Amino acid sequence: MTFVFAAAPVIPNFGGGSARFACERANRLLCPNWVSRNWSTVLWPALRQHVELTLIAVAIGFVLSTALALSAYRRHWLERPVLIVTAILYTIPSLALFELLEPLPGLGLSRTTAEVALVSYTLLILFRNTLTGLREVPAEVRDAARGMGMSDRQSLLRVELPLAMPAIIAGLRIATVTVISLATVASLIDNEGLGAPILSAISNEVFKTELIVAGGMAVLLALMADGLLVLLQRRLTPWARVRAV
Amino acid sequence: MLTSGSPEYSDRETRSGFFPLPRDHPAHDEGPSSFPQAAALELRNVSKRYPGQKEPAIPGLSLSVEAGEVCVLVGPSGSGKTTAMRLINRIISLSGGDILIGGRSVLDHQPTELRKQIGYVIQQIGLFPHLTVNENIATVPKLLGWNKARTEARVRELLELIGMDPDDIGPRYPAQLSGGQRVGVARALAADPPLMLMDEPFGAIDPISRARLQDEFLRLQEQVRKTVVFVTHDIDEAIKMGDRIAILRQGGVLAQHATPAEILTEPADEFVAEFVGEDRALKRLGLATLADIELLSPNGLAPGPARVPLSATVRDALSRLIAGGGSPLTVVDGEEQVAGIVTLELLGSVLGDGALGDGVHADGSSVAAERES
Repeated sequence: MTFVFAAAPVIPNFGGGSARFACERANRLLCPNWVSRNWSTVLWPALRQHVELTLIAVAIGFVLSTALALSAYRRHWLERPVLIVTAILYTIPSLALFELLEPLPGLGLSRTTAEVALVSYTLLILFRNTLTGLREVPAEVRDAARGMGMSDRQSLLRVELPLAMPAIIAGLRIATVTVISLATVASLIDNEGLGAPILSAISNEVFKTELIVAGGMAVLLALMADGLLVLLQRRLTPWARVRAV
Repeated sequence: MLTSGSPEYSDRETRSGFFPLPRDHPAHDEGPSSFPQAAALELRNVSKRYPGQKEPAIPGLSLSVEAGEVCVLVGPSGSGKTTAMRLINRIISLSGGDILIGGRSVLDHQPTELRKQIGYVIQQIGLFPHLTVNENIATVPKLLGWNKARTEARVRELLELIGMDPDDIGPRYPAQLSGGQRVGVARALAADPPLMLMDEPFGAIDPISRARLQDEFLRLQEQVRKTVVFVTHDIDEAIKMGDRIAILRQGGVLAQHATPAEILTEPADEFVAEFVGEDRALKRLGLATLADIELLSPNGLAPGPARVPLSATVRDALSRLIAGGGSPLTVVDGEEQVAGIVTLELLGSVLGDGALGDGVHADGSSVAAERES
């Protein structure tokens, strides 16, 4: 199969002798001029698409895996099959998964295909972390909750899920960083996100500025997302940081 | 529902509550927080059989606990004492028989509703690590839908009751706290339950702290007068804490149910005698203080240098006498006034009289408490 790179031509006209393109003509590794000229047309839209891709994938993955983890928490027999399926999804090489999904009806070279693949990579991490977090709630804490008259639902919402929160957020951090990284590869399918300029740089074999800048932006995005999730965890679990006596 | 003093309280008898007390009932005004009356507890031929096990965990246990009494369930492991306790709040379901609290079957209630009306303290405490001490204590009031002001007032009152500073301790998380047991007890008391279940609450604690917690709990119990079912494997703790003790043997069979003094004086059988130990005569001495026995008059005898407080147990006095090679001890009261003399011969004759009989425990502890205060 061939991938179509529909992005606007990013190698500008080197002719004309204008000093504006001196960097490009010299084929330097990083051309700040190029960045400023293409920020609003190429890089910024790519960043926005990347954030969208990531948010959608992590959100759907979170909902699905939380539902699966809650089911497996009550019904132990579910844990193994869910682990096996999500582990298989997780281990399929991303390129192969995109290729496998592409011919399926309704998917093709679309954002949906990209999202399906990205979501499938979050499931194992999120499921396992959430389930482990719930399982690690001390037995005596559950006993106390029950003994004081909480229903299963109250115990889950007021005690077990809050106590599993550090593990759940740890899973979200890994899943988010993974998705931000994999979403660059997903550009092969939907040709959007920060992967698009990277792929375009790879294909033209000469000019590397867009690869370096877009790649760097993906790294920064991952770091920022991770930082935000750390802040969220501190906010949600103040008790986890207190010093024990 | 335990809604004494709450605005939503109505005189109408509610099916869910043990205490459809009329509004003017004295129980609403008694104690630091108008504790409802304690409830009598009755186990009627209670049995528990686990599927797939040949022998029942409890074959048929009958036991009645009077309102306001501390009943200690004690026995070796495998005697079903914890199982019996957990049948009461239906953490474990009954296989047969019935349990009545305040005359009403536990089977009449939804398990969650039932449990909100029964205090529950477990050995590992089980405080919620993600909630502050205040929020932990407020757990059951919150489940019962108390309003914020009432809940906050109640939490403060309970922290004061257990001798903790509400402003200092209240906002802390359990990890920042030593003495979680006391908070566990306060949490169990939060909604004025007429019945408290305590499963080895002081089990995993060093002996000194345990003795202090035991004393504190007995003092607290003097104030709140709950019906308490207290599980332990430690006969000494049972003797100290119990108004009455139910000794269970292997297989969940009740071996004896009596006051500590009765059990020590007249063990029902070999098993009980062995369980309470060969030193049961000494343990009996531990039930009485020097205030309970007639001391020798100090007249004519020069007060010796060895002194012992009137609140000391007879057992401790005997130990001091032996350690001192048998020389008499001078007994002094709270104001350091000489109250009398105690000698080995005196203790020997007291034991011979059987003067340390029933009821010594209850009297003894209250006398001791008065002397201290």
